[in-house]
Amino acid sequence: MKFIISRYNPETDQEPFDQTFELDDALLSADSMLLDALHLLREQDPSIAYRSSCQEGVCGSDGMNVNGKNRLSCVTSLSELGQTITLRPLPGLPIIKDLIIDMTLFYKQYKAVKPYLETIPFNIEHEHLQSPEERAKLDGSYECIMCGCCSTSCPSFWWNPDQFAGPAALLAAKRFVVDSRDIKHIDRLKELDSPTQTFRCRHIQNCTEACPKGLIPSRAIQELKSIMVKSL
Amino acid sequence: MTFTNSFPIETFDALVIGAGGAGMRSALQLTEHGHKIAMISKVFPTRSHTVAAQGGVNAALGNVTPDKWEWHMYDTIKGSDFLGDQDAIEFMCREASEIVRELEHFGVPFSRLDNGKIYQRAFGGQSQNYGEEQAHRTCAAADRTGHAILHSLYQQNLRLGTTFYDEFYAVDLLKNQDGEINGVLVMNIHDGEYKILQSPHILLATGGAGQVFRNNTNASINTGDGLGMVLRAGYPLQDMEFWQFHPTGVAGKGMLISEAVRGEGGKLRNALGEAFMEKYAPRVKDLASRDVVARAIAIEVNEGRGCGPGKDYVQLDISHIPNDIITERLPGIREISQTFLGIDPVKDPIHVYPTCHYMMGGIPTNIAGQVVSPDKDGKQQPVKGLYAIGECACVSVHGANRLGGNSLLDIVVFGRKTALTIDEALKKTPAQHNQTLNLTPVVNRLNRWLTKAEDSSNDTVLQIKKDLQLVMEKGCGVFRDQPTMQKALKELNAIQARLETVCISDFSNVFNLERLSAYELENLVTIGYATVVSALARTESRGAHSRVDYTERNDDEWLKHTLYFQDNHTLTFKPVNLSPKHHAMVKPKPRVY
Ligand SMILES: Cc1cc2nc3c(=O)[nH]c(=O)nc-3n(C[C@H](O)[C@H](O)[C@H](O)COP(=O)(O)OP(=O)(O)OC[C@H]3O[C@@H](n4cnc5c(N)ncnc54)[C@H](O)[C@@H]3O)c2cc1C
Ligand code: SF4
Ligand code: SF4
Ligand code: FES
Repeated sequence: MKFIISRYNPETDQEPFDQTFELDDALLSADSMLLDALHLLREQDPSIAYRSSCQEGVCGSDGMNVNGKNRLSCVTSLSELGQTITLRPLPGLPIIKDLIIDMTLFYKQYKAVKPYLETIPFNIEHEHLQSPEERAKLDGSYECIMCGCCSTSCPSFWWNPDQFAGPAALLAAKRFVVDSRDIKHIDRLKELDSPTQTFRCRHIQNCTEACPKGLIPSRAIQELKSIMVKSL
Repeated sequence: MTFTNSFPIETFDALVIGAGGAGMRSALQLTEHGHKIAMISKVFPTRSHTVAAQGGVNAALGNVTPDKWEWHMYDTIKGSDFLGDQDAIEFMCREASEIVRELEHFGVPFSRLDNGKIYQRAFGGQSQNYGEEQAHRTCAAADRTGHAILHSLYQQNLRLGTTFYDEFYAVDLLKNQDGEINGVLVMNIHDGEYKILQSPHILLATGGAGQVFRNNTNASINTGDGLGMVLRAGYPLQDMEFWQFHPTGVAGKGMLISEAVRGEGGKLRNALGEAFMEKYAPRVKDLASRDVVARAIAIEVNEGRGCGPGKDYVQLDISHIPNDIITERLPGIREISQTFLGIDPVKDPIHVYPTCHYMMGGIPTNIAGQVVSPDKDGKQQPVKGLYAIGECACVSVHGANRLGGNSLLDIVVFGRKTALTIDEALKKTPAQHNQTLNLTPVVNRLNRWLTKAEDSSNDTVLQIKKDLQLVMEKGCGVFRDQPTMQKALKELNAIQARLETVCISDFSNVFNLERLSAYELENLVTIGYATVVSALARTESRGAHSRVDYTERNDDEWLKHTLYFQDNHTLTFKPVNLSPKHHAMVKPKPRVY
């Protein structure tokens, strides 16, 4: 199996370049994941840099661009990928080394939407009550693992990562707008109602196609827009 | 280049090392009290392994079945095979309801009952009324409870403005001229720069070390760094012979299939289709304690009733559970089965086998979260300035076997408590930073990894790690005996010798993962020793430590905790606490389910 990996070490390289590696098929099995292959390649060349941690698609560390698509290496089966696999860092953000990008702007955008529950003071006697129907409204947004696959596939985010919140942050914003326990509903909507925020989304849907958790940020953004129209 | 004794210094009121659930809960409390703290994590906080916890967190809320903290305490003590400290267990169970409601208040999207309260599921080892009917005590956010808790805690830390040092690696603890802990040396993984973070209060929350075994449910970052730091600083580790092998890991791979699956009605079956847990735990069957179920599976396979061509796994069957329950309560499990096994558990059984999951032992602490170590007279004394919480700590609430749902509880209860301990100390004595730190040991350690390999040597850090994992799996797994462990100890000596001479080949400074693996490997090897040496000494079977050559629990000789010191691999022991404050002692008795 052949791997073309984008390499870049800021200490020695002017710009990224492609390096080709071969991996003996005998080392792999039918159910090997891309991350397994990367670990094996690292035995050949310990300097290959990529992030990983949980190895099961829940920590969001290993977003990368695989044959042109943003994916998590740990839940991407090699069998889907053909004999030549091209790996690049997620696009649109600065590269730190090889497949590792600097996600500072991505996190900053997340933080900017105030992604935390704001609610009435804590009463130790009982929890907030929330009906299963109200709780079900959080499904499809709280599961986000902040891997960045969506935002780094969004053209609007590429052009203005310092201004446009991007799909991941807007998905988080929506989660708190629809949480029945939150008391800042209207304030949240007002802050999001801006041409650089929700309305910078052109509904191109790259984000939804990229999400390895099957979430649908583009729909969440549409829903945000319609809640704004109704509530503001 | 070589390192000299000079690094930039930053000073803080307190340092929290580790941004999992434990560290995050502490940091939140300390920031809220206005202290200048830093939270250090080798990965971005939400990548910490708490994110992987599936099933839930225990509290006697009584939302589904009647419940009391006293019953929870009883079950935890019994589950621990009576090795857990009863005062600590009592404290944790009494705090549980409040701390879970507080989590809910922080935004955790718990699943809900029709009346709007938090959904609670059945988990192994939980009973009503001191050992009677099954209790539903595990508060769940579908099967993603850890993710829900970790993200909510991170979000609340964002709200309060906690200072994070993301992708910084803590290398070692630093002592002042009086031998007191007063700082930590960290490396920025982004550029390989080192600096000293100085503080009179250092809280370790570095999580587990499951990477010491080959098949495990742990993240690759779970390398027990905090434990290595503590051993190198001359303090002990407690009860390191006790490792939980989770009964249901994905066979051959290790990913966890949560106990929630059995809590929702899943059944284990052998190759003959028998629901074999009926034999081993006639009353509670598939919901017996984890050590019991893991052994049952290992026995089924050893006696030839395993499934598949290699007869090396059993099946977890959920096909009888209604579709909508699976979609609503076990969506993550379905996803894991589809991704890693290519099967849909709605139709086909999941292939499972025990896999290393959780470290019951760790850095010994008292209930206040202070690390404790014996003085010259053998009395347990707090180590000034050093605290530990979460999976890296051993307080000990899990004893010889942890109950599912009790770790997420442990991390938040003692996370909050220890922050309060530090807060009080800071109120009494504000942080001062005029101390000189002894850097010689850590500088020697850093310099050791600057050596370049001679041409003839082709050993690597990654190869040594793989070999270590295999030694531990073969030598100190679900079943143990004297000869196999003795052999493992010999093999560890060989591994240690290789570790001392191996060199890395990458000397770059930006995201040098090989150097990071080398530092981590040093920790893993110390943990391997601690485990095998402690396990060899304990000539009984208790909880997760099952010896083929000593099959019975022996309270007369072994109702005590093991303390392992790195120097000459020495062991000492300390008594189990049997004096809860608000409840009668739970007397050790035979443990049947
Ligand atoms: C798959 C799985 C499922 C589980 N499910 C449940 C469950 O349902 N219920 C339950 O109660 N328990 C469960 N557990 C157990 C529980 O999740 C863990 O024990 C608990 O989350 C540990 O939390 P922690 O905060 O102690 O450590 P972690 O969450 O592991 O965090 C450790 C932190 O320390 C940092 N760190 C480590 N070393 C260094 C270093 N050298 N320098 C800087 N930072 C460092 C890491 O970056 C990380 O931030 C599960 C465990 C696993 C593996
Ligand atoms: S739908 Fe909106 S957020 Fe998603 S990729 Fe398109 S522009 Fe970006
Ligand atoms: S929405 Fe999906 S792709 Fe985007 S950060 Fe979250 S999990 Fe990743
Ligand atoms: S390694 Fe955690 S998501 Fe892939």
